[in-house]
Amino acid sequence: MEKFACEPCGYVYDPAKGDPDSGIAPGTPFAALPDDWCCPICGASKDMFKKVD
Amino acid sequence: MKKVLKNNVSWVGYMDWEIKKFHGDDFTINHGSSQNAYLLEYDKTVLIDTVWTPHRFDFVENLKKEIDLKKIDLIIMNHGEADHSGALPALMAEIPETPIYCTAAAVKSLEGQYGQNGWNFHVVKTGDSIEIGPGRTLTFVEMKMLHWPDSMATFLSGDNILFSNDAFGQHYAVAELYNDLADQCVLYQEAVKYFVNIVHPFCIFLSKKLAEIAALNLPIEMIAPSHGVIWRDNPAQIVEKYALWANAYQEDQITIAYDTMWEGTAKIAHALAAAIKEASPQTVVKIFHIAKTDKNDLMTEIFKSKALLVGSPTACNDMLSSVAGMLSFTKSLRFRNKKAAAFGCYGWSGEAVKNIQSALKDAGFNVLEETVKSFWNPTEETLNQVPALVEALLKEDK
Ligand SMILES: [Fe+2]
Ligand SMILES: [Fe+2]
Ligand SMILES: [Zn+2]
Repeated sequence: MEKFACEPCGYVYDPAKGDPDSGIAPGTPFAALPDDWCCPICGASKDMFKKVD
Repeated sequence: MKKVLKNNVSWVGYMDWEIKKFHGDDFTINHGSSQNAYLLEYDKTVLIDTVWTPHRFDFVENLKKEIDLKKIDLIIMNHGEADHSGALPALMAEIPETPIYCTAAAVKSLEGQYGQNGWNFHVVKTGDSIEIGPGRTLTFVEMKMLHWPDSMATFLSGDNILFSNDAFGQHYAVAELYNDLADQCVLYQEAVKYFVNIVHPFCIFLSKKLAEIAALNLPIEMIAPSHGVIWRDNPAQIVEKYALWANAYQEDQITIAYDTMWEGTAKIAHALAAAIKEASPQTVVKIFHIAKTDKNDLMTEIFKSKALLVGSPTACNDMLSSVAGMLSFTKSLRFRNKKAAAFGCYGWSGEAVKNIQSALKDAGFNVLEETVKSFWNPTEETLNQVPALVEALLKEDK
C-alpha cells in the first residue's frame, strides 16, 4: 500500500502501521483516513500529504 | 536570586553570559543568552521550565535558596528540549513525585532524552487549565512545530502573562530582564536572527497559530519567553513582527553570496553588485564571502532579501563545499517568493553554476536562466553577461 509523507514535518503515514494513537487501525489505506484526520506529529491536514514514491 | 516580575511571579532562570554556540554549534550567540524559568507562588507553587544541562546544579541550588523544593506542587514543561529540561533530572531526583504537566509529544521527548524514570506526567492539550490561586488560572496552548512537535505555551490569568517558551525569544542576555531596558537595535537584530534560524521553517504553522491565539482573546500584558528579554512594554509588538515575518517577508535588498578560490568568482560578485546598484540605486546590495561569514547572519540577510545571487568556482566538477553547505541550510529554512541566480568561474568542466541553479530550485527559489559563467578569470567579454542577469533580476514580476 502507498505511503504518504507530511510536507511540513516529514512524518510518513504507513498504512501497514496505521496511526493507533489517533484510532486508525493497521491496514487502513491513506485514502480511507477520515477527512478530519491530521498528522500525529505536527497537526497538518490530509491535503498537506504527498505520495512517497 | 529570584527576580519578581509581577505579584507572586518571579524569574528563576540562568543568565548565560558565556554561551557562544547553541543547538550544538549550529547557532552562534554574540550577546549572551538566557534560559528563562519561572516560579509562581500562589495557593499552588508552580515551576515553569528549567535551564540547560550544564547549569542544572546552579539552578537547583538557587531554587533551594528561594523555596523548600517540597513546596513545588507541579512543574510545567512547555518544551522538552535540553536547554529547558536539562535541570529536570537533577530536580526530580529531589522531588520525584512532583507532577509534570506537558504535551503528549513532550513525554516522548523527555523519555527519549532522559529514559523512563516513572515520572508523574500529566498530559495536557490546548484549552486545558488549572487553578492555582484566587483569580489565577493557568491555560495551556499547544504550539506544535513552534518549534518542536512538543512545544506549548502557558497563559497565567490575573497577572496576564503568556509564557511562550521559544516563540518570541532571542539569544540575548539582558540582566535587566525587560524589553524596554534593552538596546533596541541589538534586541531586534537578535529577535530576527532567532526567528529566521529557528522559527522560519515552520511559518505555515505560525500564521495559523497566531490567529488561533488572537481568537482566544487573552488579555496578554506580558510575554515571557524562554530566552532573552521579557516583553512587558507593548508585548504585541513582537507578535506583530512575527505575523509580518511569517508572511513571505522581504525588503528591497539583494544578497550576493559567493566563495572563491583564486578571486575570479569574487570579481564577478562585485561586478554584479555594482551593476545592480547602478540600475537600482535604492536597492540595498550586500556581498558576503560564504566561507568567511557567520552562517546564521547570512541566513538572516537572505531572509530580508527579495533575491539571492550565489557564486562558486567549479572544483572537482562541483561547487565548493562551503557553497553546498550554505545551500543546504537555505533549503531547510524554507524561504519562499524569492528570486535567485548563479554565477562562477571555471577552468575546464564548469558544473558549479548549473548545480547551484538546481540546488536553488530545490530550495524553493525562482531561479533565473541568466547566469554569469567565466572561462578562467572574468574578462570584459564574460562580464557582458552581467547586464542581462541584472535586468532579469530587477524586472518586476507581472
Ligand atoms: Fe527549543
Ligand atoms: Fe529554547
Ligand atoms: Zn506533519
